Amino acid sequence: MSTLTREGRAAGESRAQPRSGDRLSDQHDQQPPDEGATPPGGRPDDAALEEMGNPHHGRAVKDAAARVVMWGAFGAVIVPLVWILYTVVSHGVNLLLSSTWWTNNQRNINSGDTGGGARHAIEGTLMMAGVTAVIAVPIGILTAVYLVEYGRGPLARAISFTVDILSGIPSIVAALFVYAVWVTTFGIERSGFAAALSLVLLMIPVIVRSTEAMLLLVPNELREAAYALGVPKWVTVVKVVLRTAFSGIVTGVLLGLARIMGETAPLLILAPYTKNFQRDLLHGNFPTLPMMINQDRGDIGFATAAERMWGAALTLILLVLLLNVIGRVIARAGSAKT
Amino acid sequence: MAKRIDVTDLNVYYGAFKAVEGVTMTIEPRSVTAFIGPSGCGKSTFLRTLNRMHEVIAGGRVEGKVMLDDQDLYAPRMDPVAVRRTVGMVFQRPNPFPTMSIYDNVAAGLRLNGVKNKKTLDGIVESSLQGANLWAEVKDRLNKPGAGLSGGQQQRLCIARAIAVQPQVLLMDEPCSALDPISTLAIEDLVGELKNEFTIVIVTHNMQQAARVSDRTAFFNLRATGEPGRLVEIADTTKIFNNPSEQATEDYISGRFG
Ligand SMILES: Nc1ncnc2c1ncn2[C@@H]1O[C@H](COP(=O)(O)OP(=O)(O)OP(=O)(O)O)[C@@H](O)[C@H]1O
Ligand SMILES: [Mg+2]
Repeated sequence: MSTLTREGRAAGESRAQPRSGDRLSDQHDQQPPDEGATPPGGRPDDAALEEMGNPHHGRAVKDAAARVVMWGAFGAVIVPLVWILYTVVSHGVNLLLSSTWWTNNQRNINSGDTGGGARHAIEGTLMMAGVTAVIAVPIGILTAVYLVEYGRGPLARAISFTVDILSGIPSIVAALFVYAVWVTTFGIERSGFAAALSLVLLMIPVIVRSTEAMLLLVPNELREAAYALGVPKWVTVVKVVLRTAFSGIVTGVLLGLARIMGETAPLLILAPYTKNFQRDLLHGNFPTLPMMINQDRGDIGFATAAERMWGAALTLILLVLLLNVIGRVIARAGSAKT
Repeated sequence: MAKRIDVTDLNVYYGAFKAVEGVTMTIEPRSVTAFIGPSGCGKSTFLRTLNRMHEVIAGGRVEGKVMLDDQDLYAPRMDPVAVRRTVGMVFQRPNPFPTMSIYDNVAAGLRLNGVKNKKTLDGIVESSLQGANLWAEVKDRLNKPGAGLSGGQQQRLCIARAIAVQPQVLLMDEPCSALDPISTLAIEDLVGELKNEFTIVIVTHNMQQAARVSDRTAFFNLRATGEPGRLVEIADTTKIFNNPSEQATEDYISGRFG
């Protein structure tokens, strides 16, 4: 109970006394009681010190409590995470080490068979994520730029409100919407592209919100510095504001990608699984990792299918991880120099 | 390379709030004019109307007339971007672009306006850094980040960046208030040199600084908070500091006020 000893001594000590070596023991305290304790009005030191001692004691208790809560929260997050990773890795890693996993598809491989690979689903997931990003990222970034740099008044508020609503839409609703428009109204067949369109709806609000946050972090002084050099506003936005926020925007895009790559409901509705390679996004069934997981989960009675399911799950995790690493490298290369 | 500024009856508003009222003054070319006055009297606000930077703030607008030689800065067809190319600005806090190197910072104004020629840029970067008394300190690390310099060096970098676009007028809003005495001295010396080429307006809270660097001094004041700020008087610096015409000026300068 160092607090108590310190208080006891502090109360008996007067500020007029020379600072002795005894102070050494106080060094860990953020605010030694014999410093800054003289009240401006010149009240007796003892009273002031006592006053300072009590809140300090309260703070130590709060500090300890906050520490416990924080570690608890940290544990609550980390334990399930490690558990999930352990489960997925231990069940799935064998398949990923097999020679055909990264090169073959599942054609002619039945639930009870071994062999084959996940190449078709990996390609499919990457293609779909790519197409989604190509559509959603520009729309999302431009919307954020409008909201932060240009938007004033009712239109901006309406857009912001729309984005809020969009970010609350369940993925299956987004998928049903695309189904209603794409398939029912226009009579176009279900395809990878149709699924990508519904993913676009899910990704746009993520990009808008994260980009917005990053643009707001860019100090106004930088915009003013550019304006004062006679740089037009749009050049300032592109070359200074977006440039300064670049790494944050990249991170946001990756979070958005991670979010949609594991999305399953739109695929169930719009892009039925196939075990073959499929590079045509516009026609026919489309293989993706979440759908491969779903497929093998349906045959989970077979040990082979169960193993494939874990393998595909681990592959999906690794893909997202890889994207994150790439994004970090890009972000670091383009981030603020200090 | 330097122009006279003539301001007639200028009012500045932020939305409905009138921040500055009825300013009429002439700012002489190739000289340093200092703005002094208590906090909140509208020095920055007025300064920003000299290159239309107040328009960047939502609700900012002016009434009145500002002439740069024979050009009306607020003529309907005048482009604010062109005005800012002619009237440069240095801010209170050094604000180099954090993503850019020292070289890129100085070249920014030209590059962002489409100058690409490497030779031209090299030449202007060197002469601007020399003009800002920074060349000797940074010539071996032009490709290092501008944000890695000391505060005083950063401020001189910002001055180099401002003069690189070859303006006629340089506005400085408390350029030394974030700096130590040595860096402040460096900037003051620099201001003394720059006035051979530019018309310089400097806002300062430091009376000695105004006395040291400026040829003419303008004293702004406001009657009460919420009232608009006004120009009390503008005259040669020696006159303002030794024999001002207005009692308020004398009070402020002798420290009996504000
Ligand atoms: N962006 C703004 N929006 C609304 N009012 C503002 C804004 N900037 C300044 N003002 C107001 O305008 C008046 C003048 O402010 P200004 O910043 O020009 O004073 P100043 O003389 O530069 O003060 P200081 O010496 O503290 O820098 C003040 O009343 C201030 O509250
Ligand atoms: Mg100011």
